[in-house]
Amino acid sequence: MAGSPDFPKARLHVVTGKGGTGKSTVAAALALALATHGKNVLLCEVEGRQGIARMFDVDPLPYAERRVATGLPAADGARGGVVHALHIDPESALMEYLSMYYKLGRAGRALDRFGVVEFATTIAPGVRDVLLTGKVYEATQRNARNKGAIEYDAVVLDAPPTGRIAQFLGVNSELSGLAKVGPVKSQADKVMRLLTSDQTVVHLVTVLEEMPVQETVDGIADLRTHGLPVGGVVVNLVRPRELGDKALTAVRKGKVDTAAVTADLKRAGLDADDALVDGLLAEARDHAERRALEDEQHAVVAGLDVPTYELPRLTAGIDLGALYELAGMLRDQGMA
Amino acid sequence: MTRSRARVGPQSTKAAPRLDVDGLLDDPSVGIIVCCGSGGVGKTTISAALGLRAAERGRRVVVLTIDPARRLAQSMGIAELDNTPRPVAGIDTTHGGSLDAMMLDMKRTFDEVVESQASPEKAQQILDNTFYQALSSSFAGTQEYMAMEKLGQIHRDARVGEPDGTYDLIVVDTPPSRSALDFLDAPERLSSFLDGRFIRLLLTPARGPARLMTAGFSMITGALTKVLGATFLRDVQTFVGAIDTLFGGFRLRAQQTFRLLQADGTAFIVVAAPEPDALREAAYFVERLSEDGMPLAGLVVNRAATAHSSNLSAEEAAAAAGRLTKDPDSKDPGSLAAGLLRLYADRSRLVEREAGLRARFAAAHPEVPTAVVPALAGDVHDLVDLRRVGVLLGGQDGDTVVETG
Repeated sequence: MAGSPDFPKARLHVVTGKGGTGKSTVAAALALALATHGKNVLLCEVEGRQGIARMFDVDPLPYAERRVATGLPAADGARGGVVHALHIDPESALMEYLSMYYKLGRAGRALDRFGVVEFATTIAPGVRDVLLTGKVYEATQRNARNKGAIEYDAVVLDAPPTGRIAQFLGVNSELSGLAKVGPVKSQADKVMRLLTSDQTVVHLVTVLEEMPVQETVDGIADLRTHGLPVGGVVVNLVRPRELGDKALTAVRKGKVDTAAVTADLKRAGLDADDALVDGLLAEARDHAERRALEDEQHAVVAGLDVPTYELPRLTAGIDLGALYELAGMLRDQGMA
Repeated sequence: MTRSRARVGPQSTKAAPRLDVDGLLDDPSVGIIVCCGSGGVGKTTISAALGLRAAERGRRVVVLTIDPARRLAQSMGIAELDNTPRPVAGIDTTHGGSLDAMMLDMKRTFDEVVESQASPEKAQQILDNTFYQALSSSFAGTQEYMAMEKLGQIHRDARVGEPDGTYDLIVVDTPPSRSALDFLDAPERLSSFLDGRFIRLLLTPARGPARLMTAGFSMITGALTKVLGATFLRDVQTFVGAIDTLFGGFRLRAQQTFRLLQADGTAFIVVAAPEPDALREAAYFVERLSEDGMPLAGLVVNRAATAHSSNLSAEEAAAAAGRLTKDPDSKDPGSLAAGLLRLYADRSRLVEREAGLRARFAAAHPEVPTAVVPALAGDVHDLVDLRRVGVLLGGQDGDTVVETG
């Protein structure tokens, strides 16, 4: 089992978040963190953006499980496991599903020729989501039909954004309601059973701004309404904490001891004229204002009654090294 | 506003031409402005700010938003936006403009299409079909079709461009799609579906004549029955049969709307955040728009980091902070001065990084006019905040905030 300290039973970690909050980065870091101690982890993406390939600096991913990285080494130096990645596209998922379960043979190819595959994967609303979640289900609950496939200790899904997540994961219960009997219904029911079980957790990524936090609050309520298990909230892109509360208060109230600051700057060998001091203080005032807003949102997140994790904004941007850095922070905080 | 810094190599290109937002808003020949871009870049806010600014400069504007963010509705003084345009109170009408806003309700829009196109009896039959109910309210993808439908509808009803029309400018906020391009592809996909063999296949049993049942068809029907179950397939067939006639009109209007978007009266604005992913998406969008012959007005880089100008570089600031912290004589190694310097260094690096990203975009797309909107410290709460964003869009910010880089 790939139990993480905070989510011991979880095998499927779904990562969602409002656009721009860095959910793909968090999903990748979580996969690296879960792959500590020789565990095998699969990282899936479903939105056709090839974000995983870019983050891990590998060729664009096909519809096949590719090794992309070694997991984060354990604190005692033990080698990490392997992270595989899978880019799920609905067309391939449909063809694979049909061949795995129905042995349609020529009829399967005819479906393609008659535009049924195109219809199912691009035009018919909702079918895409059924196929995408269906493949995630298959990767999480490997069975004998997929011969020789790797069995993973954990699967991480870089999922659609918060505004769509309950709909995306709940698509199978919608479908199950439509198809009263038959294979589609039983498949939909199986997927829903996994997604609503304690083997699944849905994590929400946010930044400390009003709209994303509000969306997170709404998203959690939405997930709970649909009976989908809420995991943790990852607060991403947290501003640097260079100034303590006392300093922030002084900056806000305009009560900074400018003489002392000037003296310190001179001691550091800077040409500390008024312009420089004013510039630094103006920057600090902006920062203090944003920090106050962050603190308000932080209180909202803290009141959510779910585990929360924090990741800093890395000024230099995200590369593979940064992913390991973030993975270490998630593990230190108990998420993996 | 920009202080130039000499760059070498691929970033040495001159800055992108400036997007003249006010010129665009004041141009009476522009009847539709479409804001597109990836999720989370502030598309909805930019759409609302553009609408407000245009209205206060004398245009009769309606903003069509897709995003159900309540806060934005509240910022325009409307408790809840619905499928009908509602006037926004509190705007400056001295230049003769007006502002309405509405939010797309995809189920309501779909229902209206059905009700207006079918006989009452048939409409009821469709509205009652369980497959239709799922399709129209909860499945992804419907939103794109309905956004096109609503845009066309407002455009026809408002008689945009005619002197006595209700509106002379429609500002559209595109759906937060997986791929922002879904919006543009909706009519094409619908057409290819309607012309495809699959719809004929679905309709065949409903229409009866067995002679159409070729070997291929029966094989497909067999396969579908096996996978979907006979009942489910029958439900879908009933639905497609019932709505078949509606689809024709639906496709026609979608194509008209598509052509409308290609015409000169439309301007596309691509919105991006100064982040690699958002700018990559924006670049893709710019290329795609030009391929489709869609009139691109320019790029808005939203929520850019700003720094107060100073002669101190990020490196100098960081080094000085390091010296202060390591100073053995210092009584207070975590001094305020050191904190201020580190803060300043971090900020400057961020601004520099963003400027670099923008420069790369400009190097690849030198022809795309760009407007940079500095980030506000807080969120947008009311018309005052939206107006402020509008001023920043117009590029006449009197603030001391200066962009470096």
